[in-house]
Amino acid sequence: MTQRDWRGISGRPVERHHGAPRLEVDAENWLAAASALSSGRFSLLGLWGDGGAVHMAVHVQDEPGDMAVLSLACPDGAFPSVGRLHAPAIRLERAIRDLFGLVPEDAPDLRPWLDHGRWGVRHPLGRAEPAAADGDDYRFLPAEGEGLHVIPVGPVHAGIIEPGHFRFTVNGETVVRLEARLGYTHKGVEGLMRGASLDRAVRLAGHVSGDSAVAYALAFARAAEAALGLDAPARAHHLRALMAETERLANHLGDIGAICNDAAFSLMLAHCGVLRERTLRAAESAFGHRLMRGRIVPGGVTADLAGEGVAAIRALVAEIRAQFPALVALYDNTTSLQDRTVATGVLKPELARRFAAGGPVGRASGRSFDARKAFAYAPYGRLAFSVPVFEEGDVNARIWVRVREVEASLSLIEQLLGSLPEGPLDARVAPVNEPREGIAIVEGFRGDVLVWLRLGADGDVERCHLRDPSWFQWPLLEAAVEGNIVADFPLCNKSFNCSYSGHDL
Amino acid sequence: MRKLLLQSLIRPILTEKRPAPSQDALRQLAGEVGAAARRRLGRSLSIRAVDAGSCNDAELEIHALNNAFYDVERFGIRFVASPRHADVLLVTGPVTRNMAQALERTWNAMPDPKWLVAVGDDAADGGVFAGSYACEGGVGAVLPVDLVIPGDPPSPKALLEGLLALLERADRG
Repeated sequence: MTQRDWRGISGRPVERHHGAPRLEVDAENWLAAASALSSGRFSLLGLWGDGGAVHMAVHVQDEPGDMAVLSLACPDGAFPSVGRLHAPAIRLERAIRDLFGLVPEDAPDLRPWLDHGRWGVRHPLGRAEPAAADGDDYRFLPAEGEGLHVIPVGPVHAGIIEPGHFRFTVNGETVVRLEARLGYTHKGVEGLMRGASLDRAVRLAGHVSGDSAVAYALAFARAAEAALGLDAPARAHHLRALMAETERLANHLGDIGAICNDAAFSLMLAHCGVLRERTLRAAESAFGHRLMRGRIVPGGVTADLAGEGVAAIRALVAEIRAQFPALVALYDNTTSLQDRTVATGVLKPELARRFAAGGPVGRASGRSFDARKAFAYAPYGRLAFSVPVFEEGDVNARIWVRVREVEASLSLIEQLLGSLPEGPLDARVAPVNEPREGIAIVEGFRGDVLVWLRLGADGDVERCHLRDPSWFQWPLLEAAVEGNIVADFPLCNKSFNCSYSGHDL
Repeated sequence: MRKLLLQSLIRPILTEKRPAPSQDALRQLAGEVGAAARRRLGRSLSIRAVDAGSCNDAELEIHALNNAFYDVERFGIRFVASPRHADVLLVTGPVTRNMAQALERTWNAMPDPKWLVAVGDDAADGGVFAGSYACEGGVGAVLPVDLVIPGDPPSPKALLEGLLALLERADRG
């Protein structure tokens, strides 16, 4: 067997894997990679199960484009825990155990995560066994001390938001510990992916987290294209990026308004809500769907952009350019609002780096990673844009990252419209008659979305893993809220705006 | 801020005309509501929204109902924080098994008369998630549904048309 070395990790390369090298490693090299994660030489991009094996995707911290997938066979149904050395892996390992029954040996936390004991089956993606569906007890981490009390919140919240359970231990008004329990929206997407045709699979991907319908479809399409060795035509790349930037605009505008609203400043919500609605309407007239769902498929895009669509997007850009600066000034000059956002919910840069937090959460805490830069996937390599990075790590910094990204997206949209190439919309997806694997990472509004998949010889999906950026952000919310007052939790939570559905899958 | 507020006074309003109630929704609701219910409701509906495992798309569009274009409160429709205050339970998502109990408890906490509206194709019958080990396959599999507003997700206009139909039926008794 030929061995190959990747950044000091030795393993057998897998020929049929595309988009990044994949090495089948032994336990020793698996642990060496875990140590490199722990020391900060590598960053963790994903960790997932696959029948009788586990895979982890990592990149070299100082060279974010240098990525590999490391795989370890688990003939005995167990693997050495990465979480023991590198905390960001803990919840991913708990999910692997729930779904596949593969046990992370010596893991610091073996409580179930996605499995609440309600499915009527254990390890649904591994060796499935029927089980009672009357619900498991869940043991929250203890917090002890004089004068502490506990506030349980959820899964049904007061607002119109997704379900999750938060358990606050507080001393007076101050949060001593927050522990989240998630998994309520687990829909079994990866189970539905097995055996799905590419058409159905990309549709499922677009339903992982509705606010990121474009990002997920794009990540899935790029992973499938990597696997099949085909490239979408230039016009399709441009239209995809247009949709991705429009999605970023809509979400950031909504979030900026909603964060301010959680500080009881509803004027910003009203104005940002108007701009968000205009963005969704422009998306509908340009691409035929407000959330631009179902437009990106492996091989290209399903709908062209007509003249009226171009005009709608240009009008949108002009409208936002005219209205947005006054809103930014309003935010910046309202001291009562600044009083709530500045120095609230601070996420330390060291933690953001350790958890490889993406999106505004990472970039507000000094981590500059942006998949559009790190991998320079088409057409971003040819576009001029800067990635805003702040060091403060507070709610205010997370707002400013979004403000700057709105401005960057407007510029990107103008560049894309100005250089829209003519030509076909899709490359034909032809069967290759052998199993293939692919991986892709794209930058959604929330951070980097990773999709890994294996296609069978018939072209259908055998296994597909979709990793939401929230996996590495939810644990950080717990750290950021510590020492803040309970009343600031909604503000902190909204400034993170993690996805429940994308995480629970 | 003063300039922004002043501009809001002189600019034409963004709020759009009341859409007609959805005919499909009216058919679904035919003869559902009695006189007693009408007295209790008056001309308003209080809504409690519960996400029973949606992919958050329907939530985005439900939120949009409160923006300046749709301004749902002018019809007496408002969202409330407690099921105790609600006339309508608006449910999104295919009802994941992990959320089924919380959903049922929320429904049971609501006083009569009450209505249940399923929002979106996944809430209707599971949608793209139908057949999963982790989903019940739509709200109807768990609770009695009065109205389905279909869509992937339904647009704010479709939501408004459905809710107006409910309000009209309730009003006519």
